[in-house]
Amino acid sequence: MGAVTTDTSINGKPNQDVFAAVLQQLATADRDIIAVTSDSRGSGKLVKFGTDLPEQIVEIGIAEQNLVGVAAGLASAGKKAFAVSPACFLTARALEQIKNDVCYSDNPVRLVGISAGVSYGALGTTHHSLHDFAVLRAINNITIVVPADNFETEQAVKAAVKSNKPVYLRFGKKSMPLLTDDETVGFEIGKGRVVTKGKDIAIIANGETVYPALQAAQKLAEQGVAATVVSMHTVKPLDTALLSAIAEETGAIVTVEEHMVNGGMGEACASYLLQQGYQKPFKIMGIPDEYTVTGSQVEILNHYGVSADGISAEALKILKQ
Amino acid sequence: MTNKELAKKSAEYRKKILKYIVGAKAGHTGGSLSCTDILNVLYNEILNVSPENFGSPDRDRYIQSKGHCVEALFVVLADQGFFPEGDLETLCKYKSHYIGHPTRKVHGVEQNTGALGHGLPIAVGTALAAKMDKKAYRVFTMLGDGELPEGSNWEAALTAAHYKLDNVCAIIDNNKLQITGPNTEVCDTDPIDAKFESFGWAVREVDGNDVKALKEVLNAVPFEKGKPSLVIAHTVKGKGVSFMENTLKWHHGVPDQQQYETAIAELDSVLANI
Repeated sequence: MGAVTTDTSINGKPNQDVFAAVLQQLATADRDIIAVTSDSRGSGKLVKFGTDLPEQIVEIGIAEQNLVGVAAGLASAGKKAFAVSPACFLTARALEQIKNDVCYSDNPVRLVGISAGVSYGALGTTHHSLHDFAVLRAINNITIVVPADNFETEQAVKAAVKSNKPVYLRFGKKSMPLLTDDETVGFEIGKGRVVTKGKDIAIIANGETVYPALQAAQKLAEQGVAATVVSMHTVKPLDTALLSAIAEETGAIVTVEEHMVNGGMGEACASYLLQQGYQKPFKIMGIPDEYTVTGSQVEILNHYGVSADGISAEALKILKQ
Repeated sequence: MTNKELAKKSAEYRKKILKYIVGAKAGHTGGSLSCTDILNVLYNEILNVSPENFGSPDRDRYIQSKGHCVEALFVVLADQGFFPEGDLETLCKYKSHYIGHPTRKVHGVEQNTGALGHGLPIAVGTALAAKMDKKAYRVFTMLGDGELPEGSNWEAALTAAHYKLDNVCAIIDNNKLQITGPNTEVCDTDPIDAKFESFGWAVREVDGNDVKALKEVLNAVPFEKGKPSLVIAHTVKGKGVSFMENTLKWHHGVPDQQQYETAIAELDSVLANI
């Protein structure tokens, strides 16, 4: 657990910028921290890292399979290797290396998917990662963490350095405001953060969708509906204790993620709750099973209802069920 | 070890490989027999690896990229004392740790392999770590010639040369046959030497079933300062059992009792004449 950061200079930045800053800070004091990049130090905000710590960055070039294989070799020899690459390529092109060289061989590589979800917007499907939760959930021995704000990012990177197990960190490009200034809402891998509490409905979101979920809760409050908002930053292992508590305490559940609705965090929640015998009005929000409409990240998310208006409308709809 | 002693080891290893493949009713017979001499020379002459130092960060590493030829690896590891040889009677049996590919559940195995094209990138990463830590250990990996079309090999070959990793050595078990047929008909990767040389590697060729020649070439690693080393080991698939040699069906053929006895008799006769 950690209290809300007092370092206000990192708040309001893209999470991947914060990742790079925190990693450099930690790497300066720990020579075993190695950034491994696939011509991705620019988008990964690791140019300064490479300049200041040239002995601690390994440039692979555009070769994601090799990126992950080399990182696994480094990790097997005691290095805290952070393999940094756009999430779309890292978790598709190098999936077999993630499965075998990292997870199955238990080489503790820290996989960092940058510009995740639909961050690349109009660059299109090749650059979108809407499958990563689904494929990684189906692989044993990996923790999946999707920080929502700069605080969660800072804490997640620190936790990933301390943990000696395979982990996937997923970051977007958008500047993210702090979700809460409540210092009692700490961060721990595997424990969802309850950002705000209400008894009528729970909105369980992660990554960059938590902020619109919070805005949706504000809209719902204006209509007399009290919503709980959770940042379910750890997709695996899922915080099932929190899920049970939410199911006990609230009347309906909406999940929101920047991921295809198939196989993501929402389905993970649904699977757990159904098997526990909870039957509630339940809606999984995300990208449907189609190639997305063209647009910026915000335009795409808005198009599919992953917005304050879309989430609050969906919440009202299922409350009527 | 003298060359005679090494030659005896190879024949004994081949007998055991066949014994455990017959026991498991499964295995990659031809490839295990082709790479036996390479593993023999590596573990008995070259690698600074033992059950005692396996936890040491300074040990040499061996990563078997052609994971399907695990029977040869397991037999050699048992002989090195990593585990009792009798354990191999459980090979591929229900709940055994001894599965049909290398697994770290077995003492002495560095990496879980089996999917092809994975050994070299991991070896390169491990060798990079050695350079960063200014450690003297070396990293060896053995590839099958049939796995060379996997693109990840060539990605790793670039990285090894880019970082001047003369502490990594790849050995290709060049037995020239893969499951569908001759490599040249499936996907012709020749000339392997020129390809790796153009990628910045120092390359040598050797008779990969000649322990004396293998000893000489592997003792010469690194072949050139600042360059990764590649050994193209020309081998015979099914080596040591005449009816299996260069015969496709023995890629993963399992001998019946009569074939097994014929093979053992042939290897015994080899042993008697060393």
